[in-house]
Amino acid sequence: MITFGEIINNVHTALTGALPEWLAATIEYIIIGAGLLGLYCVLALILILLERKICARFQCRIGPNRVGPFGIFQSVADMIKILLKEIITINNVDNILFKTALFLAIAGSFCTFGALQFGDGLACVDFNVGVFYILAISSLGVVGILLAGWSSNNKYTLIGAMRSGAQLISYELSAGISIMTMVLLAGSLNISEIIAGQEKAWFIFQAPIPALIAFVIYLIAGHAETNRGPFDLPEAESELTAGYHTEYSGIQFGFFYLAEYLNMFIIAGVAATVFLGGWQPLQINAEWATGINEILAYIPTWLWFMGKTFALVLLSLWVRWSFPRLRIDQLLKLEWKVLMPISLVNLLLMAGWILIF
Amino acid sequence: MENIMQYITAGNIIFFILAAATVLFGILTVTSTKILRAATYLFLTLFCIAGIYLQMAYDFLAAVQISVYAGGVVILIVFAIHMIKGLGEDKEINKGQRRIMGAAAAIVGFIVFSACIAAHFIQSGVEDAKLDMTANIETNINMQTVGTTLMGTDKFQYLLPFEASSILLLACIVGCIAIAQKSKEVKK
Repeated sequence: MITFGEIINNVHTALTGALPEWLAATIEYIIIGAGLLGLYCVLALILILLERKICARFQCRIGPNRVGPFGIFQSVADMIKILLKEIITINNVDNILFKTALFLAIAGSFCTFGALQFGDGLACVDFNVGVFYILAISSLGVVGILLAGWSSNNKYTLIGAMRSGAQLISYELSAGISIMTMVLLAGSLNISEIIAGQEKAWFIFQAPIPALIAFVIYLIAGHAETNRGPFDLPEAESELTAGYHTEYSGIQFGFFYLAEYLNMFIIAGVAATVFLGGWQPLQINAEWATGINEILAYIPTWLWFMGKTFALVLLSLWVRWSFPRLRIDQLLKLEWKVLMPISLVNLLLMAGWILIF
Repeated sequence: MENIMQYITAGNIIFFILAAATVLFGILTVTSTKILRAATYLFLTLFCIAGIYLQMAYDFLAAVQISVYAGGVVILIVFAIHMIKGLGEDKEINKGQRRIMGAAAAIVGFIVFSACIAAHFIQSGVEDAKLDMTANIETNINMQTVGTTLMGTDKFQYLLPFEASSILLLACIVGCIAIAQKSKEVKK
């Protein structure tokens, strides 16, 4: 079977053989960038359709069903529509910040997306401090949201941005600490080493109690970081019209929309990488299971990653459409008085677990 | 021509783009009269510097730069600026004595940095000073080294400063709570 690593190596040798080094490197960067961008957009289309279908089922409707069989081309049609829409210029906005904000929001999500490993050898960058990088770079989106809210010159957007800032800064803490709990178990911040450490058993099975607690906390905190219900206070449509992106129209709004959906995917992807073994197949550590292990290992690695990630995305959609929205004080209380202490104690528990077992 | 062509490497091109962007955003930070724009430019400056760290293979420093300065400090600045009145107006902040002080600080800073760079070139010899910005990089400091250096008590290890700064931060947190707490008389 040809692996992605081999294909990439072949392309690299072919390019550097035929062209000067800088030109080959430039072409490689462009190929990688275009590939990532393509994947980013296609995933957004899939996620939007998935969300609409599942939301409809939760509300006892059928959902999009006219464009193509089972409505699968609905989001393609929507994409064409949003690309053709007029971008309305608004008077009295700070134009530079208004336009910078949306690029920051989408760049933050895109930079995080680039650090994920989609399969064996399917990774763009492999930093020494990969997990830390993911936690750090996602703060770009917060700046985007804060600037969008302020520069729109609108009360609702400003309130939405302030809420969003408070929410993201708070929930980043427990998300970070629960990831650090798993880094403790892995002994490395490098994503490929974290994945390699889960070859025999996923981390969630290696230290079941602290890992499970960290997993649940990460899912809650990560879900809150995506600004989606029940944590959708920044864009609470019944109170704030649409929150920080009220004044944006056409593809400008589309940028925020894309970033929101991909953030959901990224959170699920990071959870799958750190807790559920990334692209590693499920392996049962027992004598009788060698046959099953071989069959499971035969499934391509990118399919494992996508399967795990989409399972977690479905969980996130389920939560979104089942719970009512929190109040702002409840939201902050949940983080500072519940999740933070639990995750700090859990960090100690994990340290103890590693020392004992 | 041959000589020039050998310096056009991907590393150099990226370095000069990053350096130009850093300088541009740095100038915009201090010349912008709108405070929130200045904060945004500061954010972009710090971000470009993180890019240069990444190029030097200091991954950890780059991530710290992004999460602490670009992510933490600038977000807090923007957050605080949101609460100020009269935000969108142009402000002439650099007047009179401030202008002189600012110029003095800039000149002293410039002299210190040029002295550092000149010393580096004299030490290593101008002949050796490579134009390829990424040529000499092998050090990729891993996290284990950073951790043991921070928590060790040997020579070139930094447990005492680490603990001192954590006490300072604790004092800051306690101070923040003390300031933010409403006085009890008002409550009654």
